[in-house]
Amino acid sequence: MNRSLRPLLATTLIFLFAYMLAVTQQPAMLSTRVLGNFLTDNAFLGIAAVGMTFVILSGGIDLSVGAVIGFTTVLVAVLIMWLQLHPLVAFAVALAVATAFGAIMGAAIHYLKVPSFIVTLAGMFLARGGASVLSPDSIGIEHPFFTAVQKSYILLPGGGRLTVVGMIMLAVFAAAILLAHRTRFGSNVYALGGSETSAALMGVPVARTTISIYALSGFLAGLAGVVFSLYTSAGYSLNALGVELDAIAAVVIGGTLLTGGYGFVAGTFIGVMLQGLVQTYIVFDGTLSSWWTKIVVGVLLFMFILLQRLVFRAGPRRT
Amino acid sequence: MTDAPVLEAPVLEAKAIVKVFGQHRALDGVDFTAHAGEVHALLGENGAGKSTLIKILTGAYQPDGGELLLDGQPIHLRDPLHGQTYGIGTVYQEVNLLPNRSVAENLFLGRQPTRFGLVDRKRIDAQARDLLGRYGLEIDVRAELSEYSVAVQQIVAIARAVELSGKVLVLDEPTASLDRNEVQRLFDVVRGLKAKGLAIIFITHFLDQVFDLADRVTILRNGRKVASQPLNTLNTTDVVRMMLGKDVAFDHHPTALAGGPKGAVRVQFQGIGRKGMAPFNLAVHEGEVVGVAGLLGSGRTEVARLMFGVDGAETGQVLVDGQPVTIRNPAQAVAAGFGFCPEDRKLDGIFGDLSVRENIIIALQAKLGWFKALNREDQVELAGRYAEALDIRAANHDMPVKLLSGGNQQKVILARWLAIDPTFLILDEPTRGIDVGAHAEIVRTINRLREEGLALFVISSELDEVVAYSNRIVVMRDREMVAELDGDTIAPDAIVQAIAGTPEEAHP
Repeated sequence: MNRSLRPLLATTLIFLFAYMLAVTQQPAMLSTRVLGNFLTDNAFLGIAAVGMTFVILSGGIDLSVGAVIGFTTVLVAVLIMWLQLHPLVAFAVALAVATAFGAIMGAAIHYLKVPSFIVTLAGMFLARGGASVLSPDSIGIEHPFFTAVQKSYILLPGGGRLTVVGMIMLAVFAAAILLAHRTRFGSNVYALGGSETSAALMGVPVARTTISIYALSGFLAGLAGVVFSLYTSAGYSLNALGVELDAIAAVVIGGTLLTGGYGFVAGTFIGVMLQGLVQTYIVFDGTLSSWWTKIVVGVLLFMFILLQRLVFRAGPRRT
Repeated sequence: MTDAPVLEAPVLEAKAIVKVFGQHRALDGVDFTAHAGEVHALLGENGAGKSTLIKILTGAYQPDGGELLLDGQPIHLRDPLHGQTYGIGTVYQEVNLLPNRSVAENLFLGRQPTRFGLVDRKRIDAQARDLLGRYGLEIDVRAELSEYSVAVQQIVAIARAVELSGKVLVLDEPTASLDRNEVQRLFDVVRGLKAKGLAIIFITHFLDQVFDLADRVTILRNGRKVASQPLNTLNTTDVVRMMLGKDVAFDHHPTALAGGPKGAVRVQFQGIGRKGMAPFNLAVHEGEVVGVAGLLGSGRTEVARLMFGVDGAETGQVLVDGQPVTIRNPAQAVAAGFGFCPEDRKLDGIFGDLSVRENIIIALQAKLGWFKALNREDQVELAGRYAEALDIRAANHDMPVKLLSGGNQQKVILARWLAIDPTFLILDEPTRGIDVGAHAEIVRTINRLREEGLALFVISSELDEVVAYSNRIVVMRDREMVAELDGDTIAPDAIVQAIAGTPEEAHP
């Protein structure tokens, strides 16, 4: 078996096991209602984590994700409530801004040879600061379109609801799986993560690929921001604080090697769901502090880093 | 080995190539030709210009003079990727593929067949299997490349290079990390490609492999071409002699050196060895220089690293003045009074941004420990004393050492070790990258240190130099000390013969 499948398999097994364990404690958790809420509640995190997956696969990191989500919610709110734009126009503008922002960070990383950590750290401060300058206070969004979107859903058997934001996340994951595993762009992303020198010698367009990766991450952070504004009906500069770290955790728990080159988009989905599961369990339990989520995520992260060490330490095994 | 091929028009021709780095002419009017259906070996010691020439042929460097012709047409290569489009493919010692991707994807990256915009995996896998089958490789092409041995990876790299370029194949030290069977497997592949009419350029430092595989050889020395001729007109000794410079003036006075009074034994290495380095015995006396001769890759530097504890020895023991000492790391070596001037001065020797004074006192300060800081007057006095003794030319002793010439940097490192009042000094290629005038000065310095009673161990690929200062010469081949020449036996032929050894001897 392909060894990079092993962490993915482990994540899947852990998710199923944890879900079963949760169900024995809280039988109510076994329902499409809960599953539907899983998707809705974690849609923005999932979408952002998809962008993060591409970045990490290529051997980089994007710390600006949470700030870009926050910025986008504020921008969308400002465009709709102050400039009276239609939400769809506001979304388009916000996505274009977020994509361009990511592309500029990618260009800086490639052309200035600055580590992605530093560039996106600067991007994080810029986006968070920019959001506060636009509006330091939370702006509530009231628009018929928002209400309409929030009220539309597909009824699942068993009474669960697949909301629009949940569907957006599922669509993003489906598209990203194709992009990562079945296109030349996807191959180039893995190539950069394997060895940038080799990739360049093999004809991978390093500049174009790097810029595209961060533009994609920016776009998806923007989309996560749009989803977040639909989810909360508000734009606030302090929205989604630290979400970049949750996204990184989801990616690593999903079996992607933090140093790049190995991993699957589908793993990230399970990583996100695993975090959602823990949160939901805590809500159901009612007595536990919500900070237990962080503790469980921390433990899981340690486990997966250890697992990857074991799996990827081996040298050649065939001749 | 085949008969000398009929020399039709070359596929790739380099004419009077010149490449200058700063003051240094790395290549000085070198001609080189590659013919279809021929394996052409390129030989030379470190600094001979081998890798510079290869980088020019593949497009990694642009020449400062001369021209490249492909099928008689002048070409200008911007980079290796551009060279590839002209049909010039390269396989490096470090496999430049993607360890994390499948074998098939490594073969087809950048030109994957697609269907409806999506990569057609089935077709890639089928084509990859088909392609590797032609190289006699029946492997699972969907498995990650890193699951296979370096030999298989090399063949995959060759397959990719040939597929993409198909006229000239440059093999840059492809066998350096292969075992004997793997080398043969690789050679079978190369012979097959030769039969198909590829022009193959083969760079290695294993002479036996050159004789095994190549039809013609070009030997470079100090940036100039020494010879370019069919291999069946040569034997190993000829090749070694040409690599090391056949007409060197052997300026050795065996009676003066070997006849002089030998001091007591200062350092004794008994059965020191480790994996990949045969154990050796060596005693170095007071006032004696033991020179080391051998080709690149023969284990010269490895011996020095073992002695200084950079690589820990797995067997044997070291005696200093008859007392056993433990040397597992450089700090212990320094404590035992050893000094080491490494081969790569810029990387392992100097602290470029520190001043001349700081570079000189640093070993002494390390030996004294943190709590006995040398005060500034002492530092200035020490630096001044050694700078004068070794004639270090610097505008002042507070300037960064990286601004000094190579020769003066080398003397700063020597001064650093002399400051600790050493018992034993190891010099690895002390004249490497130093201009010719300063060569003689370094040699004089070595001779003077010997006369002052120091025990020295000096590695050099310049035979004339080794002979000029050594009382004894140890010859290395295949990571083993194979001969020791003393007094009257130090003669050019004897050294060259010992280095060449028998061509059948393989590397480990």
